[in-house]
Amino acid sequence: MAMSTRRKIPAPEANPETSHYWQAAAAGKLAIRECGHCGKLHHYPRALCPFCFKPATGWREVSGRGKIYSYSVMRRAETPYAIAYVTLDEGVTLLTNLIDCDFDRLRIGQEVKLVFQESDAGQKVPMFTPL
Amino acid sequence: MSIKGKAYLVGAYEHPTRKAPDKSLAQLHAEVALGALEDAGLSKDDVDGYFCAGDAPGMGPLSMVDYLNLRVRHVDSTDTGGSSYLIHVAHAAEAIALGKCRIALVTLAGRPRSEGMATGTAPRAGNPGIPEIQFEYPYAPTVANMYAMCAMRHMYQFGTTSAQLAWIKVAASHHAQHNPHALLREVVTVEEVLASPMIADPLHRLDCCVITDGGGAVIVAHPDVAKSLKRPRVKILGVGEAVKGQFGGAVDLTFSGAAWSGPRAFAEAGVKPGDIQYASIYDSFTITVLMQIEDLGFCEKGEGGRFVADGNLISGVGKLPFNTDGGGLCNNHPANRGGMTKIIEAVRQLRGEAHPAVQVKNCALALAHGTGGSLGLRHGSATLIMERE
Repeated sequence: MAMSTRRKIPAPEANPETSHYWQAAAAGKLAIRECGHCGKLHHYPRALCPFCFKPATGWREVSGRGKIYSYSVMRRAETPYAIAYVTLDEGVTLLTNLIDCDFDRLRIGQEVKLVFQESDAGQKVPMFTPL
Repeated sequence: MSIKGKAYLVGAYEHPTRKAPDKSLAQLHAEVALGALEDAGLSKDDVDGYFCAGDAPGMGPLSMVDYLNLRVRHVDSTDTGGSSYLIHVAHAAEAIALGKCRIALVTLAGRPRSEGMATGTAPRAGNPGIPEIQFEYPYAPTVANMYAMCAMRHMYQFGTTSAQLAWIKVAASHHAQHNPHALLREVVTVEEVLASPMIADPLHRLDCCVITDGGGAVIVAHPDVAKSLKRPRVKILGVGEAVKGQFGGAVDLTFSGAAWSGPRAFAEAGVKPGDIQYASIYDSFTITVLMQIEDLGFCEKGEGGRFVADGNLISGVGKLPFNTDGGGLCNNHPANRGGMTKIIEAVRQLRGEAHPAVQVKNCALALAHGTGGSLGLRHGSATLIMERE
């Protein structure tokens, strides 16, 4: 067993384009940008859809369920941690951390769910943990 | 219009230092510039084009042009990390073909070792104006763990093993033993790579490149200039560049930008991967080499692990001699940017000036490839194909 311990998370710096994302996170939700024109989801959030390049007017609150696309446990750190790409059930892949988990039992394809960890400044940051 | 045959690499110089606490950054740039000019048989006042990237101090090319006291009519400070210098050679060839300059100097230098930089294992904060920073920095991406995620996915999808990756380091170490300037000259075994400490799963310490001070420079010139000089002539046949990112959340870690820049360079050069006699392949990590070898077409996608195993990259032993100076894995990775040394060793091979123990016989066609930024996040990719005339 190699259980993870929580490390300090630096605060993300929101801007007018992204403030909705972080407000949703503060409320315990994961909001993904949805284009009002082509309907596609994208991440990280942009004001203009990176696919059809029309204004991406919508946000979709997603289920928070997904699968590990890839991961790596950083051993050379004061507090070892797992970085990962998680592909949401809705199809978008996010860079994230896997927390509250046994590092030695992580595997690609594993099902994970959304959790939040507070940053230094108290902002909730979306992360994932194995189901 | 093509740059094929429109420009030559006439000078190349790698600084012999690997630790330079007693030198300034600008001084290192000047020393490598002097080395390349002397190698070519040119003087500073012959230079009318200057190229540098983010390792150079000051705003773009301004401080270095002033420090070197150059009078240039063409500058370019394209920065795509470690691949910048291959792009600079490409852009210099384009500028020369268009008559914008005739003799272009490209310099790289840095002091990460003297400055005690935790190059691969420390997350870098970055300017909050960079659009991805707030969605990445809280999760502590580092150079090592992002390349590690590429390796992890490659293993999952194609069955690649740590022992296969280790063969890349083993081959580099076989070459480095002959390089008196290499930081690490000891030949290592697959077992030793696997027994080295885990940095970021599945990459061990010996899967990672060295951290060194130093630098290098090359000079790209018009064919008439090349013909007037006494050095063996290295003609630029084809170049390709690309930028690959996360595709708006449709992340795919199984390929690199080499899958785009490579075919562009081969098409312009009019040659095939099988024609290449020597390859300089960017080796920030072992996985970097493996993915680029696949993407450049030296083997099928997913076959890289089998291709690099059993010494296939060792000069005189395998089918694809690579990084015969010892590469970034053993020799040198100045400024944490390995593109320049990739070009320099390819020039040595084409001139027949590599160490005799690693020199490819009658080497007439070589490739140099660079990746800059992060393979797991976003990176610049550049491929250069050169011929001995």
